[in-house]
Amino acid sequence: MSEPARVALLVTCLVDLFRPSVGFAAVKLLEQAGCTVEVPAQTCCGQPAYNSGDKADAKAIARQVIAAFAGYDYVVAPSGSCAGMVKVHYPEMFADEPATLAQAQELASRTYELVAFLVDVRGMDQVTARWPRRAIYHDACSGLRELGVKQQPRALLASVDGLQLTELPGAEVCCGFGGTFCIKYPEISDKMVTDKAADIAATGADAVLAGDLGCLLNIAGKLSRRGSNVEVRHVAEVLADMTADVPPIGAPAR
Amino acid sequence: MQPTSHSFPANARAGLADPILQQALGLARTGFPQRRLEAIARLPEFEELREEGRAIKDHVLAYLDFYLELYERNVAASGGHVHWARNAEEARAAILDICRAANAKIVTKGKSMVAEEIALNEHLEANGITPVETDLGEYIIQLRHEPPSHIIAPAIHLMKEQVADAFRGAHTELDPARPLTDPRALCDEARTVLRPRFLAADVGITGANFIIAETGSSIIVTNEGNGDLTQILPRVHIVVTGIEKIVPTLEDAATLLRLLARSATGQEFSSYTTISTGPRRAGDLDGPEEYHVVLVDNGRSAMLGGEFQDMLRCLRCAACLNHCPVYAAVGGHAYGWVYPGPMGAVLTPALVGVGEAGHLPNASTFCGRCESVCPVKIPLPKMMRHWREREFSWRLNPPVYRSGLKLWAWVAQRPALYHALAGVASRLLGWAGLHRGRFRSLPLAQGWTAARDLPAPQGRSFQSLWAEHQRRPGRAR
Repeated sequence: MSEPARVALLVTCLVDLFRPSVGFAAVKLLEQAGCTVEVPAQTCCGQPAYNSGDKADAKAIARQVIAAFAGYDYVVAPSGSCAGMVKVHYPEMFADEPATLAQAQELASRTYELVAFLVDVRGMDQVTARWPRRAIYHDACSGLRELGVKQQPRALLASVDGLQLTELPGAEVCCGFGGTFCIKYPEISDKMVTDKAADIAATGADAVLAGDLGCLLNIAGKLSRRGSNVEVRHVAEVLADMTADVPPIGAPAR
Repeated sequence: MQPTSHSFPANARAGLADPILQQALGLARTGFPQRRLEAIARLPEFEELREEGRAIKDHVLAYLDFYLELYERNVAASGGHVHWARNAEEARAAILDICRAANAKIVTKGKSMVAEEIALNEHLEANGITPVETDLGEYIIQLRHEPPSHIIAPAIHLMKEQVADAFRGAHTELDPARPLTDPRALCDEARTVLRPRFLAADVGITGANFIIAETGSSIIVTNEGNGDLTQILPRVHIVVTGIEKIVPTLEDAATLLRLLARSATGQEFSSYTTISTGPRRAGDLDGPEEYHVVLVDNGRSAMLGGEFQDMLRCLRCAACLNHCPVYAAVGGHAYGWVYPGPMGAVLTPALVGVGEAGHLPNASTFCGRCESVCPVKIPLPKMMRHWREREFSWRLNPPVYRSGLKLWAWVAQRPALYHALAGVASRLLGWAGLHRGRFRSLPLAQGWTAARDLPAPQGRSFQSLWAEHQRRPGRAR
């Protein structure tokens, strides 16, 4: 494994609010990969403002993130969407402000999605975990198309004891979450997640994994409304072998 | 056509509730993407070709005035006429003048989205000229008096039963008891009915996939051969197209043609690719006596040099529609004007105004699939975001949404307050949802909980748990 590194965890606002276990799973994996993990005080990456056209607020929040995450070797997020915001969109956002642009690019150059970081930067090629399930992996859009997260989670999941991973037809099609989209156009969002849930059901899998909590809340919410007992989890919980510690997303505490 | 893009949410609900549309879209959902994937798998240089296509279009847009004037000179040199139309009205007037001068009664038409954009058929009909659509899909929707719902498959929202009904309603001269259940029978009937119209037409109007500056030629691609019959048989051929369709050379067009069919239908090449250069020359066996090109601006030149210039690279291949999950959910009519899907979400606000069409660039999850399949790499999500930025700075969004967003952003810039509120929210929701693990209904989240549960938070915010974790003895850092 590579040299020790000081990593700042970009928790993401959804993990902070809804599912801290994903954050702790990320910490465990990062420590296994030889990193020391710190969590700078943070709120959100600013994506809701940016995608709503409120560029002034998005920039103000981005400046706050740039300051909070300065000086670490790496910044890692258990979300392709939030990592993509920092890595792809911060530099875009400050294209017209040379001084901040340089800082944004510097931050972007050391920011990663969790699983891509473990595999591509830290050279991790297996984990010690057990999870006897027949599962599918949904490729969340930003991670897939902005950051190229595709093979990395599959490579690590292949080493999970008992796990049989099969491919979901249409795994690269959006689930309909889309941040504020699901609030602005709930019926369209519902149609998209209905199709996704039907595709998942058709595979006969007993679990769904993904790397973004927004998508997972959406998919889990639809599956449970359909009366399905397919288990929904963030990939980090499985890789960190923490599935026994917390119930799946949307399931009652035992 | 009068846009109804402002009522996108209602249009979308109607689309979602239409069982025939949903059945038709269900069939299209996987077909086009699968065929495209197979076609590009057979062309290892496809990615390099995309880059080349992008560069050709960027170059021509940077020197658009030069290439358009060169094109005009070469059209004139081959005996044709170029008519410049600043807007839809001027384009309609130019076409009507040519038709009147030709004393036209029947006009055949190849498929043209620009003709839809300028509402040509209505204008011709109002002036006593009968337009006959000859592309099968366009013919079907003309009979049904409705606009296309897709830019290359205009009748994709229909099943064959609706087509049979439209044919029975229109072709009253045929035996009412004839069987029309087989797609082949529908095709044959359209062919039988259209053949005499091709021969009777006084003027043929087509669009253009490309116009070529170095030769003054226009190129159309079709899979039905209807475009050729439209432009070769009548005495007068009118090409109506947008100024951005120009490319410098035939070589450039060949490069873009290699991208076009693969991206559109997954074919290596469309069945018919036809190059027209001027009218019939002495000694030619066929071809029109007059050749006119109506070059339409209609808002395009205003997109040059700004945030939306990249949109002018568009080849109208429809790959973005075919891969868009929002389009697949609601269908093309929901977008309320001529251009649906991601390309429409960027183009429509530019052509009819963001006040009318502001919903379209908002109705996207930014999943990015459109950009990833665009043959000329148009950054569609980025340009949709630019429309949202204009909408926001012009205060066009609903006040409730604006103030909600502003309040959230204000809190997000105050970490201490944010943590306090996140702590309270996660504890409250976590406690309330402890028993079931999810909510079936929640105030202020009805849009979400109407059709899906909201998984309950675990009960504590990560940052508060982390702070405790750090204070634990033996956890020295």
